[in-house]
Amino acid sequence: MAVLQQKRDAAAARLDALTVATGDFTAAARSDALARVQAQGLPARRDEYWRWTNPAALNAVAPSPAAGSDAGDEFAAFDRIKLVFVDGVFDAAASDDLSQAGIELLSAAGNADIHWAGAIYGTLEKAGQTPVDRPFAALNTATATEGVLIRVTGKAPKPVHLQYIHSSDHSDPILHHIVKLEEGAELTLLESGTPGARFNVVTEVCLSKDAKFNHIRVQGAEQDRQALTHIFTRVAEGAAFKSFTMTMNGVLTRNECVIDIIGDDAVAHVAGAALGDGKTEPFHHDDTVFITHGALRGESRQVFKKVLKNGANGIFQGKILVKEGAQKTDGYQISQSLLLDDDSQFLAKPELEIYADDVVCSHGSTTGSIDQTAMFYLRSRGVPVEDATAMLVLSFMADAVDEIEDEALRDDILSRLEAWLSRHRS
Amino acid sequence: MLEIKNLHVKLEEEDKAILKGLNLTVETGKVHAIMGPNGSGKSTLSYVLSGRDGYEVTEGSAELAGEELLELQPEERAAAGLFLAFQYPVEIPGVGNMTFLRTAVNAKRKANGQPELSAGEFLKLVREKAKALKIDAEMLKRPVNVGFSGGEKKRNEILQMAMLEPKMCILDETDSGLDVDAMKLVAEGVNALRDEGRSFLVITHYQRLLDHIKPDVVHILADGRIIKTGGPELAQEIENNGYADILAEHGISEVMA
Ligand SMILES: Nc1ncnc2c1ncn2[C@@H]1O[C@H](COP(=O)(O)OP(=O)(O)OP(=O)(O)O)[C@@H](O)[C@H]1O
Ligand SMILES: [Mg+2]
Repeated sequence: MAVLQQKRDAAAARLDALTVATGDFTAAARSDALARVQAQGLPARRDEYWRWTNPAALNAVAPSPAAGSDAGDEFAAFDRIKLVFVDGVFDAAASDDLSQAGIELLSAAGNADIHWAGAIYGTLEKAGQTPVDRPFAALNTATATEGVLIRVTGKAPKPVHLQYIHSSDHSDPILHHIVKLEEGAELTLLESGTPGARFNVVTEVCLSKDAKFNHIRVQGAEQDRQALTHIFTRVAEGAAFKSFTMTMNGVLTRNECVIDIIGDDAVAHVAGAALGDGKTEPFHHDDTVFITHGALRGESRQVFKKVLKNGANGIFQGKILVKEGAQKTDGYQISQSLLLDDDSQFLAKPELEIYADDVVCSHGSTTGSIDQTAMFYLRSRGVPVEDATAMLVLSFMADAVDEIEDEALRDDILSRLEAWLSRHRS
Repeated sequence: MLEIKNLHVKLEEEDKAILKGLNLTVETGKVHAIMGPNGSGKSTLSYVLSGRDGYEVTEGSAELAGEELLELQPEERAAAGLFLAFQYPVEIPGVGNMTFLRTAVNAKRKANGQPELSAGEFLKLVREKAKALKIDAEMLKRPVNVGFSGGEKKRNEILQMAMLEPKMCILDETDSGLDVDAMKLVAEGVNALRDEGRSFLVITHYQRLLDHIKPDVVHILADGRIIKTGGPELAQEIENNGYADILAEHGISEVMA
């Protein structure tokens, strides 16, 4: 009990410094989430789910300071609707016109209790608390100050781009986004930059029948920021959820993705490419994924790749749960790391839990170093060691990057990978 | 062009001697062939010359156009004009063949103080060379050697050689796995590169390739040494009679060859 009390005390201390907004369409969900996080407490090192990632920096009442940086105008080559958030605060002047795009801000949604997002806000998050507690997500639902509410019918004409700028060394934004795609709707959501010194971002994505959601996220190249993100999605019949995240640097990153396949013939792909160099600052990156198959013929893929050097740490926890009756499920999971030296480490916990008999599920995890035969082949063609290393890192990353369907976006991500590699040669 | 003197090589990890005092000189503009029983050290020789890890040179030297090779890094040897067409070309998933070729060509140009080729110049060059080897555009786009048939891999080696224009080309069993037509293509590719300034060392087990690439000199490598050197007729002799007589002449038992 002592541990639980400590966890609850940690939650109380953090909540003390935060405000639970009242009076708008989120009020009921917020008070429900507040009660939940108060009961759960914040994670402790002893929690199985936090065994490899120390939650201390996320539990702390105030964030460790982190210097901000301006990543510049990202995805500039793409025709998109850009929404800029500076330390978690919407910057209208720097953003495109919201109303034209049919996007609302969480803070401005008013007190209409019939708001469409009312049926989603905190609902997917709450469902995602079983079977594993995710206290920071509940904390987010209770205390989020901003976010976007996007509802799409038909095919969105342009991608929506959330560009985060981190300016204050002490910013600690809590953002909560809602995306709802109606039947047959399509949307590409781009995210880039660093929301704050420390940040907690929850995105709830509700996909109706035959909807298609594409998500490309580039977590900025800042060193000290502490990142915590959750994506909760519910995928209906025939719908497709695809999410790719690239992470470069970061003293602490935990990206959780909780996918609930509720309709037949649905697809969910989640992929990540992380590049970590612990040379000047520590690097710790944790991908935690939980996919529940609750319908027929669902297809899920998890493809996670990490390149680690100079004492960088990579974590992968991925679970596929196939419920009774979810026949013909096809679940695939691969997590791999490429260690560029002996100081770095990768820990993986792949899990399958299957209650249906007619399914195909596979998982694999590998840790390796640069293939010396390929290295020699490249060098024998005159390619210097450092360039050859970069090529082989790209080769290693390819399966994850290939998860990005759009060719232009894929090239954009590849050029970022190349740029990172040329900045981190030794 | 290539002058190897008394080369002794053992495995780094084990106490196993593979090359035991090998002497070989390939003159500029000449084509030399090396034949020899399986396991006699032919690939080892090609790897040691191109700088692969895992081998230790205990004695001897190898010079390329007067420059000591054995001191150089593999990429420096390439820049100096050495090229090895691998017996087993390596697959590199996720790296496009074009990207690979362009990186290699430009790395070499850079090392030699030449300006890099522009995308347009490179494309033109590679298309022209690929066409001659009947390598289609789709193969150029695919990842390096991934999903290539055995013969396609070998043709891809020759394409790289044509693009890099080395001074000293070593071909390690480039004919193995090739059908008759592909063998002709490869031989034509090699013959097109024959030039007074360029030398070849062609490792092969069969007379067939040598019918197309007419060598000036043929060597027999056995037990880590060149035990016999002759003209093209030597290859024919091996084709007809095998190695037994020659080995016996040199007191080498077949098992330990
Ligand atoms: N890295 C290695 N580790 C262990 N043994 C090796 C290694 N490299 C070469 N050898 C051994 O050295 C000997 C010579 O091998 P090598 O590949 O040079 O022969 P080869 O003449 O090319 O044969 P083949 O005609 O079959 O291609 C063989 O006995 C081989 O097993
Ligand atoms: Mg060999």
